[in-house]
Amino acid sequence: MKIAITSGKGGTGKTTVSTGLFHIITRYLKYNVQLLDCDVEEPDCHIFIKASENCRYPVTIAIPEIETEKCTFCGKCKSVCAYNAIIMLPPAGYIEVVEDMCHGCGACLYVCPEKAIRENIKSVGKITHYDYYVQDEFIEGRMDVGSALQTRVIRETINHAGEDGIILMDSPPGTSCPVIATASKADYVIMVTEPTPFGLYDLKLMADTVRQLGKKHGIVINKAGFDYEPLYNFINENKIPILGEIPFKREYAEAYSKGMIPADSDVELRKIFMGIINSIINGKTL
Amino acid sequence: MEKPFEIVILSGKGGTGKTSVAASFASMAENAVLTDCDVDAADLHLILTPEIYRSETFDSGAKAVINTEKCTSCGLCMELCRFKAIELINDVYIIDEYACEGCGLCKEVCPEGAIDITKYEHNNIYFSDCRFGPMIYGRLGIAEENSGKLVAKIRKYAKEIAQKNNAAYIITDGPPGIGCPVISSVTGADMVVAVTEPTLSGWHDLQRLIELVDRFHTSVSVIINKFDLNQYMTDMIENNLKEKAIKVTGKIPYDETMLHAQLEGKTINEFDPQGLPSKELSKIWNTIKSVIYEPKSI
Ligand code: SF4
Ligand code: SF4
Repeated sequence: MKIAITSGKGGTGKTTVSTGLFHIITRYLKYNVQLLDCDVEEPDCHIFIKASENCRYPVTIAIPEIETEKCTFCGKCKSVCAYNAIIMLPPAGYIEVVEDMCHGCGACLYVCPEKAIRENIKSVGKITHYDYYVQDEFIEGRMDVGSALQTRVIRETINHAGEDGIILMDSPPGTSCPVIATASKADYVIMVTEPTPFGLYDLKLMADTVRQLGKKHGIVINKAGFDYEPLYNFINENKIPILGEIPFKREYAEAYSKGMIPADSDVELRKIFMGIINSIINGKTL
Repeated sequence: MEKPFEIVILSGKGGTGKTSVAASFASMAENAVLTDCDVDAADLHLILTPEIYRSETFDSGAKAVINTEKCTSCGLCMELCRFKAIELINDVYIIDEYACEGCGLCKEVCPEGAIDITKYEHNNIYFSDCRFGPMIYGRLGIAEENSGKLVAKIRKYAKEIAQKNNAAYIITDGPPGIGCPVISSVTGADMVVAVTEPTLSGWHDLQRLIELVDRFHTSVSVIINKFDLNQYMTDMIENNLKEKAIKVTGKIPYDETMLHAQLEGKTINEFDPQGLPSKELSKIWNTIKSVIYEPKSI
């Protein structure tokens, strides 16, 4: 079962929830579990999950290169490219692929009648497998700085997951393509929010997104304690289950800042995390 | 006419207080054009409560559609699609619309002409006015793409309006992360202000952001928000930035008034002008201004 941990707004505690759940399940519960860090632009799970590296795989795409000598400047490649990645100036004898705009789809290669295009491999990120309590329990996707192909790295990361047990996917923040790349592969979506106007506004967008994807979902309220009524009204009106509420405590914030998992030493928090898992697995929401 | 100076507020990691900082700058900069380029979680309007006077739709990508009547199940498209966006379900070839990047290769290869590319226009751009001046912001349609292009378009409009109004600044609340919308908001901007927090993840994400901004040769300075949550981390971040010759323009203490200002839909400077965060933010804004107006020869 794949569970995506998302949050419309960044910084609501998505990673705290992902790593907390992962740690609690692996230490205290009988399920097989795997954690995937799909927040490939800023993968932070490794800060909390101190695991040893097992192996690494590159994520690559094929970028075309045009051999000017063979090119007749027919323009077929340029007109097929959906991303305007090919620049052609026939009078100057100039034709080139703009790497940063190319998605590596291969359409230009396919249409070129002169076989003037070949491809070079370019790295866009890497995937690292880690051993935690068990081998390969934690897998991190990490996009190369400067790449804009985050969804490619995310999809590859998800392809590295096993089939069995619980697979937790720490998703990127927001509601756009990187989130869709993660949530569309999930069986269940946890939306982490906080009781603030920004938190609520972004939650609404996220709720629309998961509904559109047709995914089962529930909410975790982080930094709870401040009674922000509009948030609870929205949740009630939309009948979205609250899986758990993590109170705001300065100790938690401090533990987080040091890269510690507060649920490890705090019994109350451990119970909250177990409650979240139980309500997804056994209960009211499945 | 002077070119407006474009400041982009970024954070790498989300939730560090980027939007509160952007709103605060907006309230202090007289004569600025404001934009929210955090197009999939645009929150700035919650504080600036602008009045929209015009909106337009914008290209949100394209997807392939297979006409099942014409499809003879040759399977060529599935074999060649590099995004694994074509699936065979119960002997029918269908497009996984969430994986499809609309490249059109399948349309090109299909011998039956059974594939069409449909373009969507589900992204929106809003033109509005708020109490601090003109504001332009975007909103990505649900599950739509093209955030990078949308950001570029918003910035283009902002520049036009700034030039028309003779505005001194463009202040942009940027997206989190380091992916395509961030690249699109940094390209050609004059200055990046990165808001971080004293946590290991805040620091990790900030380093990746700085690495990215460096590629664009854009100047970057840092604000440490909630600096007193972990003084040790704050010192560590400051020391490391000093080595990289990156200026920390200010440190904002953790303060509940930031949340209360948000609840009232006010900037922190409007809500509690005498409080520590407001004073620090005005100090930061003055530092930024002094950098901008410094004669280039010195
Ligand atoms: S591989 Fe695709 S995206 Fe890249 S240049 Fe060719 S047609 Fe354009
Ligand atoms: S399709 Fe081939 S021959 Fe035609 S312009 Fe492109 S590279 Fe040149």
